[in-house]
Amino acid sequence: MARKRNAAGGDMLQGTLDMLVLRALLAGPAHGHTIANVIEKTSDNVLQVEHGSLYPALHRLEDQGVIASFWGTSENNRKAKYYRITPQGRKHLTAERSRWETLVRAVGAMLGPVPEQ
Amino acid sequence: MTHGWRRFLRRRERDADLAREIDSYVEHETADNVARGMSERDARNAALRKFGNRTYHRETDYEMSTILLADNLGRHITYGLRQLRRTPGFALTAILSLALGIGANTAIFQLLDAVRLRSLPVHNPAELAEVVVDGGNRGFGTSPGDYNVTNPLWEQIRDRQEAFSGVFAWGAGNFAFGEAPRTRRIRAIYASGGMFQTLGVASLRGRLIGEEDDRPGCALGPAVISHRLWQSEFGGQESAVGARITINGKSMQVVGVTPPEFFGLEVGRGFDVVIPNCARAAWGNILTQRHVWTMNVIGRLKPGWTVASAAEYFKTASPAWFSQVPPSGYDAKGMAQWARFRFTAMPGGNGVSELRGQYERSLWLLLGVTGLVLLIACANLANLLLARAASREREMAVRMAIGATRGQIVGQLLTESLLLAFAGGLFAAGLAQLLSQLLVQFLSTRGNTVLLDMPVDWRVLGFVTGVGLLTCLFFGLTPALKASRADAYSAMKSGGRGTTADRGQFSAQRVLVACQIAVSLVLVAGAFLFVRSFQNLMSIDAGFRQDGLVFNFINFGAMRPSRDAIRPIQREMLDKVRAIPGIEAASTSSHFPLSGSSWTIAVRLPGAEHRSAAPQFTWVSPDYLKTMQIPLRTGRDINDGDTAGSRKVMLVNERFVKDIFGGSDPIGQTIQSLAEPGFPSEQYVVVGVVADTRYADLRQTPPAIALLPELQNPQFGPGMALVTRSSIPTAQTVAAVRRVIAEGYEAANLEQIELRGMVNERLLRERLLAWVSGFFGLLAIGLATTGLYGVVSHMAARRENEIGIRMAMGASGRDVVAMLLRDVAMLFAVGVPAGIMGSLALTRGVSKLLYGIEPGDPLVLGLAAVALLITGIAATLIPSAKASRLDPVKCLRAD
Repeated sequence: MARKRNAAGGDMLQGTLDMLVLRALLAGPAHGHTIANVIEKTSDNVLQVEHGSLYPALHRLEDQGVIASFWGTSENNRKAKYYRITPQGRKHLTAERSRWETLVRAVGAMLGPVPEQ
Repeated sequence: MTHGWRRFLRRRERDADLAREIDSYVEHETADNVARGMSERDARNAALRKFGNRTYHRETDYEMSTILLADNLGRHITYGLRQLRRTPGFALTAILSLALGIGANTAIFQLLDAVRLRSLPVHNPAELAEVVVDGGNRGFGTSPGDYNVTNPLWEQIRDRQEAFSGVFAWGAGNFAFGEAPRTRRIRAIYASGGMFQTLGVASLRGRLIGEEDDRPGCALGPAVISHRLWQSEFGGQESAVGARITINGKSMQVVGVTPPEFFGLEVGRGFDVVIPNCARAAWGNILTQRHVWTMNVIGRLKPGWTVASAAEYFKTASPAWFSQVPPSGYDAKGMAQWARFRFTAMPGGNGVSELRGQYERSLWLLLGVTGLVLLIACANLANLLLARAASREREMAVRMAIGATRGQIVGQLLTESLLLAFAGGLFAAGLAQLLSQLLVQFLSTRGNTVLLDMPVDWRVLGFVTGVGLLTCLFFGLTPALKASRADAYSAMKSGGRGTTADRGQFSAQRVLVACQIAVSLVLVAGAFLFVRSFQNLMSIDAGFRQDGLVFNFINFGAMRPSRDAIRPIQREMLDKVRAIPGIEAASTSSHFPLSGSSWTIAVRLPGAEHRSAAPQFTWVSPDYLKTMQIPLRTGRDINDGDTAGSRKVMLVNERFVKDIFGGSDPIGQTIQSLAEPGFPSEQYVVVGVVADTRYADLRQTPPAIALLPELQNPQFGPGMALVTRSSIPTAQTVAAVRRVIAEGYEAANLEQIELRGMVNERLLRERLLAWVSGFFGLLAIGLATTGLYGVVSHMAARRENEIGIRMAMGASGRDVVAMLLRDVAMLFAVGVPAGIMGSLALTRGVSKLLYGIEPGDPLVLGLAAVALLITGIAATLIPSAKASRLDPVKCLRAD
C-alpha cells in the first residue's frame, strides 16, 4: 500500500537523525538499542520518535555506505547487530555538521534576536 | 541500479535480519526495564511500546529495499494466475479463441508469403525480369508446361537483347535418375550457361555451370547437383564432385554443388540437378524444334533499366526475332498467329510457382477468412472480459474500500489481460506451425511434393498477437477504469442485486454479439458456398465412369525398338494386359482425360475455307469406348479394320456435331484437318457419334472431341499409354500390370496413375477451400454461440431480482424465457441483415473459385442464417431455462 511515509518526522528531521546516529557512533561500534538510548538522552528528549524508526534509518545509512554492520554479542551476553561508522561516514558527518551550522547561523541571522514580548 | 537489484533479490533475507534485530532490541530494553525494577511482563510490554509499531517499521524498511513495480508485478501475476485458475472456463475460452485466431492468421500468411511474397534466395532479386510472350502463346505448338520460348527463340534473345547485363533460359522436368531398371524420378533443371552468373549464386563445392559449358554440340556436359541430392545420394561427401551420375540413361559428371538455400526457380518444388541446355540434344532434336516451347527466360536488368522500360523494349524489338525462326508445317492461319507474337517483360524476382497460379487467390481468400475469425475471436474475448469485469465489480469495490488504489486495480487487470494475450500468443505460435505443416501436406500430392521452408514468421505472429493484446487491454481495462472512478460505496451498492440491471450496462456486449452474428454469418455462408461447390465438383458426371480406371504410361526406353517393331510390341503389351484376370477392358489412348493436358487440331468442313474450329483430337485403339464406358449414340465404333492403310475415319461427340455440323447427321460426312508440324492436312470420314465427356478438366464443360484410330496416328513413338478398366481394387490392377510389364519387358519404364485419385488431387484447391472455410465456419458459429451464451447468462444473472419479482407477480417460467429470447431476437434482427449484406459485398469476388453455385445464392444465405439462429436459440435457451426455474422467494430474499 503506497501510503505516504513519515519515517522519522520529515526530511529535515531525517537529516538530523542521520547526523545524530553518526555522532553516536563516533565513540565506537554500538547496537540499535544503545544508539536509540544515546540519541534519546543526548537530544534532551527533543527528538521524540519511536525507537523502531531508527532501524530503517540505520539500514538506509548502511546502504549509503556511511556505516557498516556486523552481528556480535552485547555487554549482557545477547546477540545484537552492531553498527560502526566508516571513514566515508566520518567525512559525511563533518560535511553535514558544517552545513548544519551554516543553516543554523543563517536562520538565526534571519530571525534576529528574540523580540521582547 | 545493480545495487538496487541486489538489494531487491536479498529483500527477504534483510527483512528476517531486521526481525532478529528488533527481537534483540526488545530483549535489551526488557533487561534494562527489569533492572529498573519492573516485573518481567511489564518490562516486556514497555519495551514493545517504546519500540513502536513493529510491522510499520518493518514495512518501511522492506519498501526501501524492494523495487515496488517488480514486487507488485510478481504479486499481480500470482494473483492473476489464481484468478484465471479459479475460472478455467473463461481462461480456456479466451486463450483458445485467441490462439486459434492468431495461429490461423499466421499459418495462412506464412504460406502466402512462401509462395507469393518472398523473393528468390539470390543476389538482388529485384533486378531480375522475366521475358514472356505478351498475352501468352495461346496453345500454339506444343509445350510440356507453362513456357514462353522455344530454343531457337531463346537463341534470338540471347544474341540480340540489349536490356540485360546477364540473361539465361531454363526449364525443368522429371528425369530418370540412375541406371535402368533401378531408376527413380528427380527434378532436373536444364539451363543455359548464364544461369548461375546472372542469379549471382556461388557454389558450395566444386564449380557451377558457366557459359563455356553450354556450347552447341556439347558432349553431355557437366552436371551441378543440389544440396538436397548431395546429401541424399552422396551423404554430403567431398568425393561427390567428380563422380558420375546417370540422367535419362546418359552418364554425366558432377562438377559442383549448390548452396542449401538455393531451391532453384520453382517455389515449393526444389530441384536435384542442373544440366546445361546443350545436353538436351542427347535425348532428341528438341533444341532445333521451332514449335516446342520448353523454356523461360530471366535476365538481370542493366543499370538504368526498369521492368517497364524492358517491357517496352521487348515489345518493339521482338517481332523481328520471331520472324527469324518461324515454325514449319503450319498453314497460313497458323503463320499469321506466329507473326503476331511478341515478347514483354515482367518482374522475375519471385521465381515461378505452380502453387502460386493455383492457390494464390485461394490463399488471399483464406487470409481474409482467418482475418474475420480473428475479428470474431477478439469480439468474443472482449465480451468475456466485459462480462467478467461486470461480475467482478463488487470485488473491485471491496478492494478499493479496504484501501487499494486505482493504479493497483488497473495494474491487476492489466496483468491479467497481458497473461491472457501472452498465453494465447504462445499457443498460437505452436498452432501456426502445426497448421502450416498441415496445409503444406494438404497441398502435396503423390507426384508433386511441396517443399516450402516455413520458419515461424515472428513479424506476423507478433503483429497478430499485438491485435489480440490491444483487444485484451482495451476491453480489460475500460471497465476497470470506469469502476475505479466510481466511489467504493456506490460501486458496492450497484455490485449488489438491488435493482433491475440497466440496459445501458449491456450495450457494449450487445453490440459485440450483434457484430459476431454478422461476421459469423459471412463465414458460415462462405463455408456453405465452398462446401457446396466442392460437392458439385465431386458429383459431376464426367461422361464416363471415373472409378476403376488406371492409366499406364509405358516408355520402351532401353528396348530401343526399330520403328517397324513399335506397333507389334504395343499390340503384344495390350494383349498381355487384357489377359490379366480382373481387368475388364483395356485400350490405348493418346490423351489422359481430366489431367489438364489438351491436344487440339484445327479442322474445317471441306469447302468452308474461312470457318474452322479446333476440336480435341484423341487417338485410341478399339475397345476405348468399352474401357471408358462411353455410350456410342449412332454409327459404328473404331475396330481392328481401321488400320494405317485404310480410309481415315473418326468418331465425334455430340458437342462436335452441334458445333461443327450445326446439328445435322454427321455419319459419312468428311472433315478436313489443317496442317501442323508432324500432322499434315488430312480428310476424315465420320463413322460414329459418341456421348459428350469432360476432357482436360472436370470443371470445364465437354468440348468438341474427335476419337481416331491409333493405327492412323501419324506420330507414334517407342511407348504407349494404356488405360485399363477393372472391377478389382485399382491397387491390385496397378501391381498386376507392373508385374506383367516387368516380366515381359525388363528395359521398359512404367508409370501408373489411377484416374480417380488424380482427379481428386486436381480438386485440391476446392477441397482446401471447402475444408478450411468449413472449419472456420464451424469455429465462427462456436465462438458466436459462446459469446451469446455468455451474454444471456450474464443478463439473466444480473436480472435475477427483476425475474424474481416478475415471477412473484405471476409470470410463468415460459414468460421469463420469452422475455430473454426477445432480447436475443433483437440482436439477430440487427446481426443477420448486416451479415447478409456483408456476405453479398465480400463474396462477390469469389465466383471464379466456385463451381455450380453463385456467391449471392439465397439458399446458402438462408441456410447460414438458419444455422446461426438454431445455435443462437440453443445458446439462449439453456441460461434462460435456468432463470425460469428460479425460486422467486429465494431470489428476493438473497439481498
